[in-house]
Amino acid sequence: MASIDYDLILPRRVVEMPPSGIRKFFDLLDGMSDVTALTVGQPDFVTPWHIREAGIESLESGKTYYTSNAGTLELRQEICKYLHRRFDLTYDPVHETVVTVGGSEAIDLAMRTILSPGDEVIIPTPCFVCYAPIARMCGAVPVTVQTRNQDKFKLTPELLESAITEKTKMLVLAYPNNPTGAVMDREDLEKIAQILREKQIIVLSDEIYAELTYGRRHVSIASLPGMWERTILASGFSKAYAMTGWRLGYLCAPAPLAKQMLKVHQYAIMCAPTTSQLAAVEALRHGDEDIAAMTDEYNRRRRYIYNGLQSIGIPSFEPEGAFYIYPEIGQFGLSSDSFCERLLYEHKCAIIPGTAFGEGGEGFARISYAYSVKHITQALERIEAFVKVLKS
Amino acid sequence: MDQLLKVLEDNATLTPEQLAIMLDKEVGDIRKMISAYEAEGVILGYKTIIDWDKTEREYVTAMIEVKITPQRDRGFDRIAEKIYNYPEVQSVYLMSGSYDLCVIIEGRTMKEVAFFVAQKLAPIEFVMSTATHFVLRRYKDKGIVYGAPEIDERGNCV
Repeated sequence: MASIDYDLILPRRVVEMPPSGIRKFFDLLDGMSDVTALTVGQPDFVTPWHIREAGIESLESGKTYYTSNAGTLELRQEICKYLHRRFDLTYDPVHETVVTVGGSEAIDLAMRTILSPGDEVIIPTPCFVCYAPIARMCGAVPVTVQTRNQDKFKLTPELLESAITEKTKMLVLAYPNNPTGAVMDREDLEKIAQILREKQIIVLSDEIYAELTYGRRHVSIASLPGMWERTILASGFSKAYAMTGWRLGYLCAPAPLAKQMLKVHQYAIMCAPTTSQLAAVEALRHGDEDIAAMTDEYNRRRRYIYNGLQSIGIPSFEPEGAFYIYPEIGQFGLSSDSFCERLLYEHKCAIIPGTAFGEGGEGFARISYAYSVKHITQALERIEAFVKVLKS
Repeated sequence: MDQLLKVLEDNATLTPEQLAIMLDKEVGDIRKMISAYEAEGVILGYKTIIDWDKTEREYVTAMIEVKITPQRDRGFDRIAEKIYNYPEVQSVYLMSGSYDLCVIIEGRTMKEVAFFVAQKLAPIEFVMSTATHFVLRRYKDKGIVYGAPEIDERGNCV
């Protein structure tokens, strides 16, 4: 019997896909003790009890079946009511809404449905790690544009125009942004919209952090005139309701797009978990106060960590959304990777190098403040001790 | 609700400097607000929540239902005052329902608590009856769940 050669079996596009830079850093953390980490990208709150209870009740009453491929109609209706109530968006629950396994599946589904080999996808960086690898899996070409600190990490019309070619099929717009904490206001989005209204380009708007904005309400690009038609909205329950482990998200898009995405979803996934769907109905109906309480708490920590870093002498763009801060660490003469590695090994504090989030990440690091004030205080003390060593 | 009070209720160890940053106010203003709340009796004190079951200390807690005859003009207040002045008494609440005062007391032993009820509480004039319930286990108190400290089990995902 001949031995099997996996190198012949595995396709190049998969083998050559680099692992996530965040993952690489987490591997360094494994096995280390007493590390004060500010690394995780998920809330430190537990899902509010009334939402958990709805999930438990659904199991107790034996609701363990598949739902329809698009998700329960009840949930889709609640999603549409919620989007209308919070963000002034109008979608039809029957033809324009698909419930997915987290925001991640929503992104994957949108890209796999829309992209053909050779298509170009404009991806503003730094950003969450999944967009470029998924685009490549589709045979598409990621075209990254680096947003800049002096522009508050917003996508500017100049940057967008410089990247558009005849092959551009999609723009990924991920605001509020992971890792920078940047947001795009209505006037910022309007400048982008002015360019896109003339083009055959779909916006994939990843709005998973839409509820976590500080001192302002999130504006969806789909709510701008002429943009609804060219936008796929991807979002979910993980960040707003502290429901990461439930794996539940959704896509909203014009019916001709949603219909095709639903087809891909039905073959790949069947449907999102039923327990999670039933819990999510409760979240949307009675969860607005939970969101407000958690956002208030994040906001206090945001101010605390921003101020703490300033007083240590690490400047940072003041984040306006999500639960990350993206300080400038380039001044110490170390690469982001070695700054973070030395901080970890010498001072037992873990933060993620900016380079994990794509081009433009050198000289920066991502710090999550989804942690208690006590924990953040301890981390700041360790960072301060390291900075003192570097400055001496 | 005033955010300062909410934040302090959850964590009284935060310094005025930390509170000022978190609430986007001046340190001086935070100090003034806290002083004003203390002067007005809105903030009554600062305590630490301790799980004494994890220590060597011997103690029991009891909740006593007290039925009383209200006094003309003074209602329940005078009797409540008589009861809360005993240092053993931790809390006194006027209740709706089948009894009048809920009295929470702490003692070293059940016997000590029983003596307190029999010798001090029950004989008070206008106290008609008492029913003592001993606390066997605390699951949650002041919004805090008693048990092992929380471990951060969040996965480092992606």
